[in-house]
Amino acid sequence: MMSNDELQAFIQEHCADPVFETGKQYLNAIVAPEHLMRVAEALRHDPRTSFDYMFCLSGVDFSTHFMVVYHLESTTLNHCVVLKCKVSDRVNPDVPSVSSIWRTAEFHEREVYDLFGVRFVDHPDLRRILLDDDWVGHPMRKDYVDEANIVQLG
Amino acid sequence: MKQTLYNWDEMMQSETTETVEAIEPSQSVETPEPLEPIEHSDPILKTQDYFINMGPQHPSTHGVLRLVLTLDGEIIKNVEPHIGYIHRSIEKMCESDSYRQIVHLTDRMDYLSCHINNEAVCLAVENALELEIPDRVVVIRTIIDELTRLASHQLWWGVMGMDLGAITSFLYGFRDREMITDIFEETCGARLTMNYNVPGGLMFDIHPNFQRKVKEFVQYFKKKLPEYDDLLSGNVIFLERTKGIGVLTKEDVISYGVSGPTARASGFACDVRKRHPYNAYDRVQFKEIVMTEGDTYARYRVRILEMWESLSIIEQLIDNIPEGEYCAKTKAVIKLPVGEFYQRVETARGDLGVYIVSDGKKSPYRMKFRSPGFSNLSALNHCAKGCKIADLVAIMSTFDLVLPDIDR
Repeated sequence: MMSNDELQAFIQEHCADPVFETGKQYLNAIVAPEHLMRVAEALRHDPRTSFDYMFCLSGVDFSTHFMVVYHLESTTLNHCVVLKCKVSDRVNPDVPSVSSIWRTAEFHEREVYDLFGVRFVDHPDLRRILLDDDWVGHPMRKDYVDEANIVQLG
Repeated sequence: MKQTLYNWDEMMQSETTETVEAIEPSQSVETPEPLEPIEHSDPILKTQDYFINMGPQHPSTHGVLRLVLTLDGEIIKNVEPHIGYIHRSIEKMCESDSYRQIVHLTDRMDYLSCHINNEAVCLAVENALELEIPDRVVVIRTIIDELTRLASHQLWWGVMGMDLGAITSFLYGFRDREMITDIFEETCGARLTMNYNVPGGLMFDIHPNFQRKVKEFVQYFKKKLPEYDDLLSGNVIFLERTKGIGVLTKEDVISYGVSGPTARASGFACDVRKRHPYNAYDRVQFKEIVMTEGDTYARYRVRILEMWESLSIIEQLIDNIPEGEYCAKTKAVIKLPVGEFYQRVETARGDLGVYIVSDGKKSPYRMKFRSPGFSNLSALNHCAKGCKIADLVAIMSTFDLVLPDIDR
């Protein structure tokens, strides 16, 4: 089991300039899309970390940028880390797909693509999953306007 | 000929000699002309896979799930799940609702684990606010969690038998589940979507009859649970259809993010109640049921054994409900501090995660539900490849899919 400081040092070995936030529960590491694959592969395959179980993958729209959030856990070493990928380009939001490392990402990335429009490069089957194929727009984006919804909540 | 009945060598010999003799007289058989070689492009003789839609209205998909099967004869080559038929965009609705309102949306996800779903949001909010929860609440929540798990497993067991052609199990399962829903009805007025949890505690105190009725149920169900084994677990037809079918290895299970009983049948000890204890799970004794076979029968067995553990947890707690308040004091409008919060709970189907990104307002900036069924479903294709169509029904039963939980 690695402490948050050790995990922080480990991620710094594999990435040029990560940003760290120590959350209430987990260590959050924010990396750029171009470093994501290197960090993810190191976290998965290095015996010191061996994060083999991804228990959540979510997208968050921060209006100025997207964040793809990977919650990782090691089933053998019992430690957790939150890896985040910051996507600044809202017109062409491209993120490398991690579905070759964690197979569960295949479905979760399709969901993030469906609801946020983040494109996962090298995903084996990137299609909409929850909405219809002919749906226009990505509803979980903050700038999405739903014209059919006559009751505006909030 | 010898006396033994099964001397096949001799029987075969004698038969061959006879037939040879019979054929010998015929002679001058013309050698037939060689057939034209069959061209592969011949449209009549070309073989191809065919596709079948299973669902969305199919009784054994347990909801509106559509599976597009690629078949070679009866053998499944590929399963492609199409989901989203009952997508209600609960996550989007959460962004404009207050935390108290969100709780009521969550039992529309996994309606068989509704109390545990409610609790996931409540725990996330309480942990974010660092609220002190009365001990009475913690214990009552744990008891009702386990009752919910039992009710869900009973329904699953009944439906599993039904999927494999046994009607009796369906009636047995529902008969016993009825007692639990009666207890729920008396406790909070609802039988299915309970809404018993609120951030800070419970909506009202337990009914005076609660402890007596739960004890009666435990005594009753302890006698009935062996009947479940008598009816299905030793049945030859049932064993033939489940043993060795749809094997998932431990590596597959971890990589696909499978959780709950489905994962524990493959040797992945993933019980959130043990790994990240919440409620009163760190002060009760129970075994985490883990099996290594990973087939349909192991998934079946894990749930049956889990019911015994749930009964044991209820027995340990039912006489030890501490006195006190049933709800902590909270503000009328709950606002979470700025930050990110993640809460994991173990539903009857697996690891449910609630991820809240808060910007300090009365409703969350982003709310994500990591539903166990969604990840479990992603392993279905891998699991069912090479099986027959009838096996797929058995595999899906033991995956215990609840579609509203997957679609959200």
